[in-house]
Amino acid sequence: MLEVKNLNVSIGDRKILNDFCITVKDGEVAAIMGPNGTGKSTLSYVMSGRPGYTVESGEVLLNGVNLLDFEPNERAAKGLFLAFQYPLEIPGVATMTFLKAALNAQRKYRGEPELSTPELMKKVNAAASKLGIKSDMMKRALNVGFSGGEKKRMDILQMALLEPSFGILDETDSGLDIDALRIVSEGVNSLRDPKRGFLVITHYQRLLDYIVPDTVHVMAGGRIVRTGGKELALELEKSGYAEYLGEEKAA
Amino acid sequence: MSAQIIPSRTPAETTLVESFGAVKASLPGSADVAKLREDNFAAFVEAGLPHRRVEAWHYTDLRTIMREALPLAAAPSPAALEGLKKDVAALPLHGTKLVIVDGAFVPELSDKAPEGVTISSLATVLSSGKPDLLTLLAGQGMGAGDAIVALNAAMMQDGIVIEVAPGAVVAEPLNLIYATASATPVARFSRSLVSVGAKASVAIAESSLGEGGRTGQTNGCLIFSVEDEAKVTHTSLLTGSVAGSIRLETFMVSLGARVKFDSFALISGQGLTRRQIFLRFNGEESESTMRGASLLRGREYADTTLFAEHLAPSCVGREIFKYILDDEAVGVFQGKIHVAPEAQQTDGRMLSKALLLTDGVVMNNKPELEIFADDVACAHGATCGGLSEEQIFYLQARGLPYKEAEALLLEAFAAELVDELEDEKTAETLRGEISSWLAARVVK
Repeated sequence: MLEVKNLNVSIGDRKILNDFCITVKDGEVAAIMGPNGTGKSTLSYVMSGRPGYTVESGEVLLNGVNLLDFEPNERAAKGLFLAFQYPLEIPGVATMTFLKAALNAQRKYRGEPELSTPELMKKVNAAASKLGIKSDMMKRALNVGFSGGEKKRMDILQMALLEPSFGILDETDSGLDIDALRIVSEGVNSLRDPKRGFLVITHYQRLLDYIVPDTVHVMAGGRIVRTGGKELALELEKSGYAEYLGEEKAA
Repeated sequence: MSAQIIPSRTPAETTLVESFGAVKASLPGSADVAKLREDNFAAFVEAGLPHRRVEAWHYTDLRTIMREALPLAAAPSPAALEGLKKDVAALPLHGTKLVIVDGAFVPELSDKAPEGVTISSLATVLSSGKPDLLTLLAGQGMGAGDAIVALNAAMMQDGIVIEVAPGAVVAEPLNLIYATASATPVARFSRSLVSVGAKASVAIAESSLGEGGRTGQTNGCLIFSVEDEAKVTHTSLLTGSVAGSIRLETFMVSLGARVKFDSFALISGQGLTRRQIFLRFNGEESESTMRGASLLRGREYADTTLFAEHLAPSCVGREIFKYILDDEAVGVFQGKIHVAPEAQQTDGRMLSKALLLTDGVVMNNKPELEIFADDVACAHGATCGGLSEEQIFYLQARGLPYKEAEALLLEAFAAELVDELEDEKTAETLRGEISSWLAARVVK
């Protein structure tokens, strides 16, 4: 279970998250929607530990452990996974090398035995074929020269291999055409599990046609201003965010 | 009117003058060679050790750095050679081992030449050699005016002359292994030639055994003369130099037509390393790739200076040099591409990329283009910067601890050049060198 409690975050002297609270139960898919610049990406970065933000107060509890006390890699090993809005290109690092390093670093942190290369290959190949990732991509440098869709699929492949207990999808739909969106969404849906929660961050309803959420939260002014079921997304698609922009100014 | 400045000789220059006077009679070569030595030494004396007012040596002021000239290496004793035997045998190299001890080629420690290859010592060639080889050994005018090249031509004690017959395909690499038999730091001057016949194919790999080339003062010169349609790969490990040592390596390459030439050098170590590359395209449609990686920490210093001359049309030149600088290390890259009027359709690209890991490091970049033809595509670039924090965070978010993420990115940066090597075993060796350098890195 993920519980974010009274999270206050700023960059420099600009307040971004304002007493932000959310709870996502195991097996739940929660969507956060909101206009640009309302702090959605900041939330995902702060949860995963990217430097550059000042956390003034609050907690991010994953299964009762406050992630804010740990380094980004430790948070990952404790079960948090962030699918990036724009996965980075890492020239010179072969994708397979990277996957092995990541998987084994997490296993080592948790005191589990490392995977051998054949074991890893087997896992990777199985996961890759589900996502329609060609084997020659695994030999290339990570994300280098990949299309937007290929990069996203690679991120989802990593999630499938790392088996996190909680996944954050940050604007996963950006830069995707309909076919890529469908493949990526199917990848995510196949990872839905009673023991795994998701936070889907998006500002379009479109993604939620493919990854159907259990709950929808509207974020404005650095906090959740409204919560409802999946029908809330459709309502927002019609009415827009205008009525919440007052919150923005108040923040 | 300006007053002429007559610099006084430094102690090192004085010792070199005395040293040349004392040994010149015993240095190998015919009367013609002796004359050549005299002329070159006179040129050296006139110029003196290179200093910052000599443009090609602007950053590496040898006149100030080289406080003394070490005594010339003596011929290795039979006992010392015997001692090296098992070390040579234990070297994990594939291919033909050719051993050069303190500048002298030692056939007793070396393997036999493979088919299609003739191997002689420089001394033999200088004494009784063929005139065509002597011309090639003079570097065909490459490096003219460089005092260190002139000093090498004056003092060259020995070296190796490798002739690859036209059409010969040498399957396994020829390894030039630099060893030392001297317990104290000495000076060594060696000059070697690799003459590759038309349509031949060969790989040359330079490396050190123990402290060979890593101590004292080394002035080495390796000359490649490559005939039409030949294919050559070359790797050089200039690693592990000890503090206080000075290693000056001149690399001269002249290419015929439709040649493929590929070279990679790795530099690391506490001593001063200066590598100077003279590359000349004499024939049309040749392709050359020159690569190098310098890994420097502490107060280490390495200088790579390159001069590529396009004298024939439609050649492709790629020069890429990478530096990882940590602590207070200093890197130098100077590169000049010269395109002669007749070298139309030249495609020349030069790039220097430096990763600066602390605020205390210095990288000096001086790229130059000198173009006299009107239909060419030439470019040069130089980048300096730190590791990307974004990339580090991405790797961390997948579970890699900060230090491991950083190490992975550093390794990728340096090893990217190695990945392009054709010979997988050589690439593996070089990757191992890079990994062990990174493993020894103290992360603050």
